[in-house]
Amino acid sequence: MNLFKYASPATFYPLAGKMIPGFAIAAVLFAIVGLYVSFFVAPTDYQQSEAYRIMFIHVPAAWMSMWIYLIMACYAAAGLIWNTRLSAMMAISLAPTGAIFTVIALWTGSLWGKPMWGTWWIWDARLTSYLLLLFLYIGFIALHNSISDSRRAAKATGLLAIVGVVNLPIIYFSVQWWNTLHQGSSFSFGEDGTVEASMATSMVWGLLLMTFAFWMYSIAVTLIRVRSEILEREKESDWVEKMLSGQSQ
Amino acid sequence: MTEFLAMGGYGFYVWGSYLVTFALIVIEVVLVRRRQSGMLRRLGRLRRLNTEVSNEA
Repeated sequence: MNLFKYASPATFYPLAGKMIPGFAIAAVLFAIVGLYVSFFVAPTDYQQSEAYRIMFIHVPAAWMSMWIYLIMACYAAAGLIWNTRLSAMMAISLAPTGAIFTVIALWTGSLWGKPMWGTWWIWDARLTSYLLLLFLYIGFIALHNSISDSRRAAKATGLLAIVGVVNLPIIYFSVQWWNTLHQGSSFSFGEDGTVEASMATSMVWGLLLMTFAFWMYSIAVTLIRVRSEILEREKESDWVEKMLSGQSQ
Repeated sequence: MTEFLAMGGYGFYVWGSYLVTFALIVIEVVLVRRRQSGMLRRLGRLRRLNTEVSNEA
């Protein structure tokens, strides 16, 4: 099978259209089950009472924002190396969703911090490096919008995305490297690959289900956005013309 | 029900988190779908315009 076949916008556009409903339905189902577990199955935390239920969106959103950044940087790098048109389109289509998850994580973290720490915000290493992630997303989108030539835009934003990857391990390990107010990870993988979590199993399930919901959601909206991006850039091409003539008849 | 909404006294923080998250997701979905349907409409109009012009010529 030729993988590069799907790197062609003309092939990918209809394929993406077929995949969107499946991912959207999966997102809704995971969210329903995830919310049920988060609110009705997971027990009340003995220290944080019900306030800890904010974690069921805060943690998945924070994970999501970092994964999306990594995937976006990989697409950007692939675009720079192989000069594939679709890679740059995928990168720019991922950025707004990543930025939204960053905002969600910051917002929910703030609403958790106020009752638990007594402050909405503090400039500790975790929060500061994470705020930088939001600025990287905004910078990526702004830079993309400021360059009209799509090839030059892909080069400039690609470099920015790749350089910004340095921030990801800084965010992840900040709670170990520095003395932060933000707590360390309650959820990690042991050396033998098993999950080590300092919480009830139902809480772990709540987190995982919400994470799956966010994953499916991210894929669905990114695919919708990349279709618009493809049409925008390929509107002069024959296959778009053919597709439109097929629709109007 | 009231007890559930109160969230042990943290209702404002918990629901403030969930409602804003939900709102942002709804806004994003509306925006991406509107962009896509707007794009298809615009390209369809352009195409009709082009065929009319070439028919007249």
